[in-house]
Amino acid sequence: MILNQFLLLSAFLFCTGAYGVIARRHTVLVLASIELMLTAVNINLVAFGASLNSAAGQVFALFVLTIAAAEVGVGLAIVLLIYRNLRSADPDDLAELKG
Amino acid sequence: MVAQNVFFWIFAVAMAIGAIRVVTTDNIVHAALWLVVVLGGGAAQFLLLGQEFIAWVQVIVYIGAVIVLFLFGIMLTHAPMQAHETLGNNLRAVGLAVSVLLAGTLAWVLVDQFGNDKIHLVAPVRTAEVGDVVFRSYLVPFEVVGVLLLAALIGAVVLARRD
Repeated sequence: MILNQFLLLSAFLFCTGAYGVIARRHTVLVLASIELMLTAVNINLVAFGASLNSAAGQVFALFVLTIAAAEVGVGLAIVLLIYRNLRSADPDDLAELKG
Repeated sequence: MVAQNVFFWIFAVAMAIGAIRVVTTDNIVHAALWLVVVLGGGAAQFLLLGQEFIAWVQVIVYIGAVIVLFLFGIMLTHAPMQAHETLGNNLRAVGLAVSVLLAGTLAWVLVDQFGNDKIHLVAPVRTAEVGDVVFRSYLVPFEVVGVLLLAALIGAVVLARRD
């Protein structure tokens, strides 16, 4: 196996996630796209760890995974709060900072 | 090595299809379920790389917990469960341009830098080695991430409770 096949797969996933963040109209789907990007990062870390024959890649991927779980928990709480106040989960409706 | 490459491509194609469906499908529940395909494919890639611990953590934490959280979020925001054509906004062209440019740049840099570098797998990394590395070299970050998780837990409860 060459290293680049994993890195290119993860680059593809990252770009798909970036498209989702820009083009989706439901906040939960935006969070799902962010999860795609974080998975891409994890694949990178683990592939580099395997190519360097070190367990550190797994450890960093573990940290990323923990932070992803925390992010989804807090993110969904914020989405719920926004939905309760605005009756909408569309990020485009959050335009109250415009004068 | 040949078998590993065959399985890599099988999982890679499944992950690519799943990722594209996550960001294009009109049904929000299907998007969450396609995300399961991508994350499960990621766990399979970790197994191919001989990194067993992170593969099973990915299955348990992501597929077991995060997807369930997503489904709860979909349910609690009363999202339309049927196909719904307005899940994409009018920034599709911009998003496509950004992601194609980003993919092109990343692919160019990666091919330029790493070319045909091989991964020489000696043996799967045992979970005991991961534990050693966590509790020897990365003890402080590990504890910090634990505190962060506690803070996120309390923060989520404070944000979401009705008062």
